Amino acid sequence: MSSASNVTSESPGTPTAVGQAVEPAAGASGSGPKPGRGSSDAGLRAQGVAPKRRVEVRGKVLTGACVAVVAALVVALIVMICGQGVQTFTKDGVPFSKFLFGTAWNPTRTDADGVPYVGALPMIAGSFSVTLLSCLFALPFALGSSIFVVEVAPRFGTRIFRPVTEVLVGIPSVVFGMIGLYVIVPLIRSIVGGTGYGIMSASIVLAVMILPTVTSLSIDAIASVPESYREGSLGLGCTRWQTIVHVVLPSALPGILTAIVLGMTRAFGEALAVQMVIGSGGASVMPTSLFKAATTLTSVITMNIGNQAQGTLYYDALWSLAMVLLVMSLLFILIVRLIGRKGSVKND
Amino acid sequence: MDEMDDNLTESAPAAGARATVTPAAGGAEVVARDVDLFYGDHQALFDVSLDMPANKVTALIGPSGCGKSTFLRCINRMNDRIAGCRHTGSITLDGQDVDTQIDEYLLRTRVGMVFQRPNPFPLSIFDNVAYGPRRHGKPSREALRQTVQRCLERVGLWDEVKDDLKKSGLGLSGGQQQRLCIARTLAVDPQVLLMDEPTSALDPISTSLVEDLMSDLASDHTVIVVTHNMQQATRVSDYTAFFYMGKLVETAPTTELFSRPKEKQTEDYLTGRFS
Ligand SMILES: Nc1ncnc2c1ncn2[C@@H]1O[C@H](COP(=O)(O)OP(=O)(O)OP(=O)(O)O)[C@@H](O)[C@H]1O
Ligand SMILES: [Mg+2]
Repeated sequence: MSSASNVTSESPGTPTAVGQAVEPAAGASGSGPKPGRGSSDAGLRAQGVAPKRRVEVRGKVLTGACVAVVAALVVALIVMICGQGVQTFTKDGVPFSKFLFGTAWNPTRTDADGVPYVGALPMIAGSFSVTLLSCLFALPFALGSSIFVVEVAPRFGTRIFRPVTEVLVGIPSVVFGMIGLYVIVPLIRSIVGGTGYGIMSASIVLAVMILPTVTSLSIDAIASVPESYREGSLGLGCTRWQTIVHVVLPSALPGILTAIVLGMTRAFGEALAVQMVIGSGGASVMPTSLFKAATTLTSVITMNIGNQAQGTLYYDALWSLAMVLLVMSLLFILIVRLIGRKGSVKND
Repeated sequence: MDEMDDNLTESAPAAGARATVTPAAGGAEVVARDVDLFYGDHQALFDVSLDMPANKVTALIGPSGCGKSTFLRCINRMNDRIAGCRHTGSITLDGQDVDTQIDEYLLRTRVGMVFQRPNPFPLSIFDNVAYGPRRHGKPSREALRQTVQRCLERVGLWDEVKDDLKKSGLGLSGGQQQRLCIARTLAVDPQVLLMDEPTSALDPISTSLVEDLMSDLASDHTVIVVTHNMQQATRVSDYTAFFYMGKLVETAPTTELFSRPKEKQTEDYLTGRFS
């Protein structure tokens, strides 16, 4: 591969070298040489340069087309989701505030004013609770273990811990849901009573699910702190833990925050594993306890979208929920971007 | 881990007291005796014995890979971090063995180190200098301000940065960063300063500023500097030690070593017959 490309990349050098070598000789011989030189140059170009240019153009067109497809796809997705999502407000005439702040969800019924019950707040609250709680549970373990494997036992880290976490990252979420059903739900039931389903169970399952991702990204962040910072701190007589707390972690903070936000994005968008253990029913009310059945944006969509006819209010309202999900994940990505930019300014 | 925490609680108050209460006590004499050092099976130093007198600049010279950095890092026990690195013989600081008689962390407040590449922390200029004192005690805000000003003045950086103390240390030029790092080291009031090629990443003007600083610091510190630059050794140092292939070949007052080297290897090196 590389030797072949070397050969071709050398060919443009060769014709010009020949051309230059010919020129002084031609000048010395008198007046005739100009057409000769021109034709030989053109000939060489036809042989070597033109096919190259064609390859260049072809490559540009091909990769450019890919970019266009991806960009079109992204725009189309956003337009479609939002287009469907706003129908609740345009076609069905539900006030936006009733949707965003309403606390009752039962789109087949209407309230006294004739406005359907499409309050999304219970689901939004549910989604945020499981997301924040799961990050809260996962973060100490992710941070602690990444500090340990980078700063204390780097060999164990690269040989055993990293590969294991990478395997965990690849486990499908339905498996975590099953484990949650099998272990977490009965455990919660035996400790606090009730059914065992609820926000707490969902948060624990999600915490386990995002733990490998957050850990793996935190390890990257901590490992990328320059060794010279550590030496500087240790050289001043500071202990390893002082160095970690006062130099390593602050320097790795943008990376760690990115890890957290990516974990949140994953938790926020997860449907299957959550739905299996949160115990959500069709109707939805504001969550009042961590140990009672609740709903999230994703669980309501997955459970109901198959049962609703296109064009009904219920169907439109589900799209509106999807739109909220989309906006939230865009927001998360924006946050990651902002953190990344701030971090790079600080480290430069 | 437990051991470390113990060390932390033991050494911190002592170091804090030193750093904030006692004024500079002057340099300490560093003496190495019969040091053999191994990285695993690879021997990097052979029977090195060297006196580095208090309040003088000692330059370590020699071709690349001859063990200068390795020797320097023995003095503040930075080699302890490297798995498989061990040495025999002794290194003493005013008669105390650095490996057995002084706590590792206390040692590093007494023996400061300046690195080849300036390595300020990604903190403000003020916080960079205040870093050491803050870790070793709970200095009052006023004491801290005074320490920072004193150290920045000592390295000639105060006038350049006094209005920008809140700005990041990483925003300074290379030469300013290196002087900031020296100020940071001075803030814990060391007796000995180890400098590993401190000017090799700097431009000529910054280099001469740092060289002047070295001579000045030697009035109340023992300065030990590794350098590849012969002129620098003659300009700044009182004593020079020539290392070759892990052995200390020759040591003498700098003018003497450069004008009348006793060993053939030294002469060959100084005249550029190998590098
Ligand atoms: N961490 C390490 N592990 C193993 N061997 C090492 C290590 N550091 C240095 N060495 C070896 O020890 C010898 C001395 O290295 P050292 O860095 O002390 O040389 P130096 O004189 O400082 O060279 P330079 O002028 O290039 O900085 C070299 O042979 C080097 O390969
Ligand atoms: Mg070196």
